[in-house]
Amino acid sequence: MLFLAETVISGLLTGVMYSLVALGFVLIFKASGVFNFAQGVMALFAGLTLAGFLTGTIPITHRINSALAMPPWLAITATVFVMIGLAILIERLVLRHLVNQEPIILFMMTLGLAYVLEGAGDLLWGSDVKVLDLGLPSGANDWLLDSFGLYVEQLEIVAAVVAAALVTALAIFFQKTRIGRALRAVADDHQAALSVGISLNTIWAIVWAAAGIVALVAGIMWGAKSGIQFSLSLIALKALPVLILGGFDSVPGAIVGGLIIGVGEKLAEVYFGPLVGGAVENWFAYMLALAFLLVRPEGLFGEKIIRRV
Amino acid sequence: MLYREVGQFKTSYAADQAIFPIAQDRWFVIALLLVAFLVVPFFVTAYTANAILLPFLIFGLAALGLNILTGYCGQLSLGTGAFMGVGAYSAFKLMTAMPELNLVIVFLASGVITAGVGMLFGLPSLRIKGFYLAVATLAAQFFLVWLFYKWGWLRNYSATGQITVPPRTFFGVLMTGSSAAPAAKYLLALAMVTVLALGAKNLVRGRFGRSWMAMRDMDVAAELMGIRPLPAKLSAFGVSSFYIGVAGAMMFTLWLGAAEGGDTFGIQNSFLVLFMIIIGGLGTVLGSFLGAAFLVLMPIVLKNTMVDTLGMTAVFAKHLEYVIMGLLIIFFLILEPHGLARLWQITKEKLRLWPFPY
Repeated sequence: MLFLAETVISGLLTGVMYSLVALGFVLIFKASGVFNFAQGVMALFAGLTLAGFLTGTIPITHRINSALAMPPWLAITATVFVMIGLAILIERLVLRHLVNQEPIILFMMTLGLAYVLEGAGDLLWGSDVKVLDLGLPSGANDWLLDSFGLYVEQLEIVAAVVAAALVTALAIFFQKTRIGRALRAVADDHQAALSVGISLNTIWAIVWAAAGIVALVAGIMWGAKSGIQFSLSLIALKALPVLILGGFDSVPGAIVGGLIIGVGEKLAEVYFGPLVGGAVENWFAYMLALAFLLVRPEGLFGEKIIRRV
Repeated sequence: MLYREVGQFKTSYAADQAIFPIAQDRWFVIALLLVAFLVVPFFVTAYTANAILLPFLIFGLAALGLNILTGYCGQLSLGTGAFMGVGAYSAFKLMTAMPELNLVIVFLASGVITAGVGMLFGLPSLRIKGFYLAVATLAAQFFLVWLFYKWGWLRNYSATGQITVPPRTFFGVLMTGSSAAPAAKYLLALAMVTVLALGAKNLVRGRFGRSWMAMRDMDVAAELMGIRPLPAKLSAFGVSSFYIGVAGAMMFTLWLGAAEGGDTFGIQNSFLVLFMIIIGGLGTVLGSFLGAAFLVLMPIVLKNTMVDTLGMTAVFAKHLEYVIMGLLIIFFLILEPHGLARLWQITKEKLRLWPFPY
């Protein structure tokens, strides 16, 4: 029973980490209908940049100059600005020229973007594994371990708290601010939004910047967990089943989907994996999501697709 | 002037229904095939065969397969890499279980097996659409790669986890392994690809192709017109997987000679083939091959210029190659979203009028 509880809790917390990545996807898909495959690579790029700023690495030369090392708060702020700059660049150089293209073309664009960011990240900051030391707590939570005998990673609790804060902030941003209202209008109907005077270009830049910041948060959490390395870009693949399970255009969907996938994956790994030779976590999430999709083809919280001739 | 169809009267049904109804197209294709079959084999070296010609033919065939599914039927799939793997493992099992089997039959049978697997994973497409389906096909990709590792029977319980091609001859000529003549491999691959490409060209303008395109353009409307979604979509998955399976079988037997689960048939191949059809042109047979040629040649050219000419270190060049490749893809999408095949079409339009302005 204790073991089951531990598995479920660890699954839930891992699910939160998946949700963090899935959130970035949802933001961009909602506002521009772009299925942004580069989200995982953006997390990697943000993590690499942050690690570079923290250690004072000089770009391209990969030499570490400790005089340039920034304190964590400054490094994070600087990385946020880098991600915002990146979003503006993407909007200016790419999105603007691809208005009104088919979704598959935009999807391919993000695949190209993933290549660029991956190569650029490695060129600028080097491809070796980096340790991200922001002073985040690690190890087991003592209180839970002592009073209930549960082993729960502190880092994952922090991630859950951060995710909750992030979702609250995003919800307030979407519901209460002027820009948020414009964002929702764009998500609803591009043409109608344009006709009431909302600038699509600005909105896209803002959305990509927001997704970049979400990617930075995901990069920090995953980086603190397993170091910043190439495999970080593959967490995007983990977030995809979360995404289709929750629905591409639903923020709550990303959270609930993440939790379901996280728990399902952990349970499968522990109880079902040994029966078939293990290593099921790569595909189990997809199969789980697929099973859900057969019942609800637009995901749990996705907007119902109405088709007319 | 050069590309005028004026005066080419069609006097029989056969002429009207030819695959290439315009004489210039026909002659161009015949000339191209003559050069490919009769001239190129004399100049083939082991390097050109293994680095350029075989990858081009094999990826061209796989791209054609994916184009049937994505370009003609509108079902986005990210499982191409794993389906190529199904073809390769089927070929391995068939070749080791029945050593006497003719290689062409091995290829075709591998294709049929892959078609079966493809149709199985195509079933959700009846309910799931768009990007949801694309992610759902990733389930096939990861599940199949996992199976390649875990199911020892597939690789005859080889300890290394690899499958290695056994030596096989085709009408007395050694075809597999490194000691086979590159020209022989090239000719066999070329013959397969030619026949299958002409078959695809024929298929897409017939009843099947039209029902696929109707499904792609609007599935509800197609249904109302009496096209049943189940046969239309599943046949697209089946035919597409058949082509991809044959490509995978050829990749393993003729080109690589050895393969290992996710290393050879991972998701990176799925993306590569998808890039090929986007850059080449969705919904065109020609585009599949143009895209394959572009993406097979580009890394070689980039590597040659950066490492050999400019003297960069291999690691630096590799990273730069990623950036350049990504930029080129984005650049291409902005410049011509309908791909290289569209550029070719525009060129033909220009040639029709040349040398007059209009």
